[in-house]
Amino acid sequence: MAESEMQQGQEVVEARQRAHALVARNPQETVRALFESLPDLPATQRLRPSETGLIMVRGRIGGDGARFNLGEMPVARATMQIANGTVGVGYVIGRDHDHAELAALADAMVQDPAWRDVLEQHILVPLAEQQAAREALEARKAAATKVEFFTMVRNRGPK
Amino acid sequence: MIAAQALTDMAPGFADLALDAQRTFRRLMDSMAKPGRVTDLDVLVSPPVPGFEAAGAIALALLDFETPVWFPDDADGRRLANWVRFHCGCPVTTDPAAAAFALAGPHNVPQIDHFNAGDAKYPERSTTLLIVCPALVGGAAIDLTGPGIAEPLSIAPAGLSAAFWGAVAQDRARFQLGVDLVLTCGTQIVGLPRSTRISPSSAKGK
Repeated sequence: MAESEMQQGQEVVEARQRAHALVARNPQETVRALFESLPDLPATQRLRPSETGLIMVRGRIGGDGARFNLGEMPVARATMQIANGTVGVGYVIGRDHDHAELAALADAMVQDPAWRDVLEQHILVPLAEQQAAREALEARKAAATKVEFFTMVRNRGPK
Repeated sequence: MIAAQALTDMAPGFADLALDAQRTFRRLMDSMAKPGRVTDLDVLVSPPVPGFEAAGAIALALLDFETPVWFPDDADGRRLANWVRFHCGCPVTTDPAAAAFALAGPHNVPQIDHFNAGDAKYPERSTTLLIVCPALVGGAAIDLTGPGIAEPLSIAPAGLSAAFWGAVAQDRARFQLGVDLVLTCGTQIVGLPRSTRISPSSAKGK
């Protein structure tokens, strides 16, 4: 019982992580257009209005060196509550308050069984497809500039 | 997982973040300038514990990451702490002497002298104590004198014991050190800064 509950909790956590990543990594316009295409959205309340701040990005050279502070980065965050009381939080890079609120809304919807499938079908799947297409395009463009280095063997003929 | 649980019964803060905070600040400042007068904050916040409307609004207006706050260690105190921390990002302390602010009902205020009274160099570092009373009238009458009080003035907030007022009077004896008090009930507040001297009312015989 406890184990299955924990497993279920783990599933929700993974679903939220996936929704967070997809909403945050796609442009605000794309996400907004998808949300606006939905026939119906849950009623929302701003629990904590969106705000911007700075986070310190830390790095490690080679992935295993000593930690160092790479620099600060602006982050927008928001907390939204939907009609049945579920609370979602959204954090996105940048200063786009609307984007953060959409991320929070997506996070609340993914936790609510009544909205999870709608979100998955109409927002997360298209976002994943668009993201994959964009990344494939970028990879193709990068691949086109690839330079093959090879060593020319000079054939020295007899003098 | 603790944060996720804490969010389930979270209440919103100010409807208009900037204007409501400014209005609250202004009214609190006026109320500290005119000690003993009842001021209505006239703001709409709904903290998780009923009765803490004014205290909660003051907390939202004044607290930030640099102001450690003390709450009573009970269920209501924890719910309030959770709410205030969510909106203000302030550290919550269990040590009254480390607190810049404290929020409490009349039943669970610790000894006044446990709070920070400031020191000779930095008297402004003392604790500001927000106490929620069951009512601001109907209790034992207390006479007030001091800066900002022209005419003889007395207040009678309910729910505060004679021992509490005795401790406040003792605290006031070491001015310029001492804690600042704000008594609240619903959306109303009464400011009692440390410059206000208090004594049990002598007007009973009149």
